Amino acid sequence: MGSVGAKEVPVLLNADGLRIDGRRLDELRPLRIQAGPLRQADGSAFVEWGQNKVMAAVYGPREVHPRHLQQSTKAVIQCRYNMAAFSVDERKRPGLDRRSQEISKVIGEAFESVVFAEEFPRTSIDVYIEVLQANAGTRCAGLVAASVALADAGIPMVDLLPAVAVGKVAGAIALDLKKEEDNFGEADLPMALVPQSGRLVLLQMEGHMTEPELDQALELGVRGCRAIYEKMKGALRERYSIAPIATEAA
Amino acid sequence: MSEEVAAEILQTHILDLAAEGRRLDGRGPDEYRPVTVEPGFVVTADGSALVRLGETIALAGIKLEIGKPFPDTPNAGVLTTNAELIPLSSPTFEPGPPQPGAIEVSRVVDRAVRAAEMVDLTKLCVTPGEKSWICYVDVHVLGHDGNLIDAALLAAVTALSHSTVPAKRFEVGEADYPLEVQHVPIECTFVRLGESIVVDPTFDEEHAAQGRLTVATDEGGRIVAMQKGLVGAFSPEDVKAVVRRAFVHGDRLRTIVRGGSR
Repeated sequence: MGSVGAKEVPVLLNADGLRIDGRRLDELRPLRIQAGPLRQADGSAFVEWGQNKVMAAVYGPREVHPRHLQQSTKAVIQCRYNMAAFSVDERKRPGLDRRSQEISKVIGEAFESVVFAEEFPRTSIDVYIEVLQANAGTRCAGLVAASVALADAGIPMVDLLPAVAVGKVAGAIALDLKKEEDNFGEADLPMALVPQSGRLVLLQMEGHMTEPELDQALELGVRGCRAIYEKMKGALRERYSIAPIATEAA
Repeated sequence: MSEEVAAEILQTHILDLAAEGRRLDGRGPDEYRPVTVEPGFVVTADGSALVRLGETIALAGIKLEIGKPFPDTPNAGVLTTNAELIPLSSPTFEPGPPQPGAIEVSRVVDRAVRAAEMVDLTKLCVTPGEKSWICYVDVHVLGHDGNLIDAALLAAVTALSHSTVPAKRFEVGEADYPLEVQHVPIECTFVRLGESIVVDPTFDEEHAAQGRLTVATDEGGRIVAMQKGLVGAFSPEDVKAVVRRAFVHGDRLRTIVRGGSR
């Protein structure tokens, strides 16, 4: 009854094939992206995705700190994914734990795959992701936010990087897991897509899936990414489109 | 190099303006930037608030857990404040261990909350010597355009004023209940720009400043904490004048905290 560590498995999929929050298996949670909310950063974005709230900021290209990481032929991309102490149910100790460091690494590498880093030798492009409120899928939300922030900062890239997790709940492949589905589901497969090439630059998986299930999951994830891609472009358009100049009629 | 020259020109300009009683953003010497507070911004926290002070943005989250009271205060709970000046919020912050600036913000905010006895710690005790509430106040600075101390404390007190004790979740009570707050401290920060002392400095004004002074007051007319920072000096008369101004701003800001809006 709402006690700490309750382990009762909720009904993840009802008789009508609807999920715990009423979504269909191929439905995303509500996603809202705001480009450029932070004045101090070179680029920034805020993402509200289901119950996730994630802020990202980009600084650079700028001098490399620490110096020894500098590369003579290209920019280094330094990514920091961090969770606020109050972003999860049980307070997280401030600072980067091993999970955060791993996520920072794979997200940074995903961006290195699309940024034209050779254009900025001996510099650093710093990507900061802060998870303020977490409800499963924060690395994907962070990637989406950071990708829009990179575009907002004017960093040249092959393409934006939409990302989403696909999972398996109650035996069915489902798009964009929320917390209960992630906790009690059977598999989790986050991915980031380069829409232009159709290739994946972030891919992780944990759980159990058969080959046909994986095929289905990849197909569903790519479709999800394409829908997210449109929202990312929409956020940038909203920030940078200029309202038509009012004519002097009145 | 050119950046340093530009910064120096800007500082000189700020000081020149101050001599005429003017400021870079058009404010008067005793004019605070617009403040907005948004309690309940984070649902995973037991209390939270997003505070905007011009372009400075601070997010505070409260977490309450059951723990053991300190041996020297067996009848009291524990309250700790921590401010993270994350590199996302400013080009001047770097990743790594907390810098002295971040530690100062944490400590000055913590001091105001503690000294004002904002939360009665004895009410956080569950079983003397064995079980008490540990109240964590974590402040995340998301945007740094100066005056982090005031913004961080505003976020902290707004979050604490809108917090719930999760008694049911931790099985120490029948139902969750609102966290009781007995006093609301407000910090008000000033910087010296030449002969002028201005309230609520921006990032650029802090860089031009010749001394910073923070005064925390509560609703009962008490001064509960002070901190002088940066290089520079204040006369006792300066301090007295600043305290008077801090009370006026404090009263006004407290209504914003209580109202949960502008």
